[in-house]
Amino acid sequence: MKMYRDTRFSLKAKQNLSVLLLVLFFITTGCGGGGKGTDEINVDEDELSQDLQELKSDLNSTKKIFYSLPSPLETAMLLKSAGARYDEELLNPVSNTSKYTTNKKMALNLGIYTTDLSFASLYDQTQTSIKYMNASKEVASRLGILDIFSDTTIKRLEENVNNRDVIMDIISETFMNSSSYLVENNRAAISAIVLIGGWIEGLHIATSLVNATNFDNNKMVDRIADQKFSLDIVIKLIEKYSYHEDVASLLVTMKEVKDIYDKIEIRTTKIEPMKDESNNVTTLKSSSKISITPEVFNELTLKIKTIRKSFVS
Amino acid sequence: MKRYFQLIPVVVLSAALSVNSFAQCKTFAKNVCKPILDPFIHDGNYNAAILTEGEEAELYKTFYSGQVYRISICGSEALPKIQFKVIDSDNNVLYDNKSNGYSQTWDFKTEASQQLKVYIKVPASGKNQEEINSGCVAIMFGFKDE
Repeated sequence: MKMYRDTRFSLKAKQNLSVLLLVLFFITTGCGGGGKGTDEINVDEDELSQDLQELKSDLNSTKKIFYSLPSPLETAMLLKSAGARYDEELLNPVSNTSKYTTNKKMALNLGIYTTDLSFASLYDQTQTSIKYMNASKEVASRLGILDIFSDTTIKRLEENVNNRDVIMDIISETFMNSSSYLVENNRAAISAIVLIGGWIEGLHIATSLVNATNFDNNKMVDRIADQKFSLDIVIKLIEKYSYHEDVASLLVTMKEVKDIYDKIEIRTTKIEPMKDESNNVTTLKSSSKISITPEVFNELTLKIKTIRKSFVS
Repeated sequence: MKRYFQLIPVVVLSAALSVNSFAQCKTFAKNVCKPILDPFIHDGNYNAAILTEGEEAELYKTFYSGQVYRISICGSEALPKIQFKVIDSDNNVLYDNKSNGYSQTWDFKTEASQQLKVYIKVPASGKNQEEINSGCVAIMFGFKDE
């Protein structure tokens, strides 16, 4: 069994670090007011100890917040479970890859291509899946994400072209590789843009599959309305990374989408968890009522079409 | 003054271990946490961070009606058992793993789509006041292709 070492930060080590930083600060800023140099520094250890206690307290009270959007694979799964039919015309053509030269466009379209790849894979479109895997690889590579698909992964894919479970596992793993690469290289904001691109692609496919003739009692319409919950997360995600201009530039667009979603009403009853002991699965029992008019749906469809066009162009 | 410079190796080592630990988080999530999702399919999202004893985290996610989900939360060996709760928008606790032997997973489905909060806490071990342990904590979600 592999062992993973953990970092043990002793309080003493933190004290040492603080003291050293203070010492280095005084040295580099020439503490001494221009007088004669000195190698004696007086540190009030009581004050330092108090600061460290505050630091420890801050550390314990800081809360990390994650906002999790549906991944491209989950989006594709939701489309399929809502009864989507496969239509390749709805995907972003792979010939567009060369158009994307800015980080923002590359990130958005990495999300879009990964969603298209997931969608094609769930419908066993092997050749299309390979095409979109290559498109994702190309965009990811230009975005600086190296080896998103290793040679081993591509070989595994080729050997399992008819095994959907393996293909889904490959998509899941490669998406995690690209996300973790971005997060661990201080590019979490770019990772957020990838997710937003994928989320819009899911909405584009979903809204394109609904029209006036199949609007009523359509599970897809409910699924689209459900995105009201995820839109809330999209906006929080954008606000979290608003220091990044590419992320911040998406806020106005998403608030326009929110203005439309605000016209959709979803009422949910209180949740009652009920565990099925036979399979250990808990059902969160509750019901919801979604109110959406065809006019609001059309408005949403047009807005998503405009946004998606601006993303892929 | 001299004694502060003697601390340089300690500080450098501490910083190096921190960077090393961060890089290992992805490997930990992939090799230790992801297998716990089986037979569910990992959604591919990466939610992991270095947390310290006593630290809390929250994750917000929409769960869709009709889908069966598995939440998997795991922390590296240096950390005490991780506590997690699933909480609805009215602040009702739907699940608390503390009442279930600090289980690392929870399987559920929801009849109505909704946004839920996953609250995570790394309990303080209380063993040694002079030492704070840190380690990777990963939150992963799986679903079924049905």
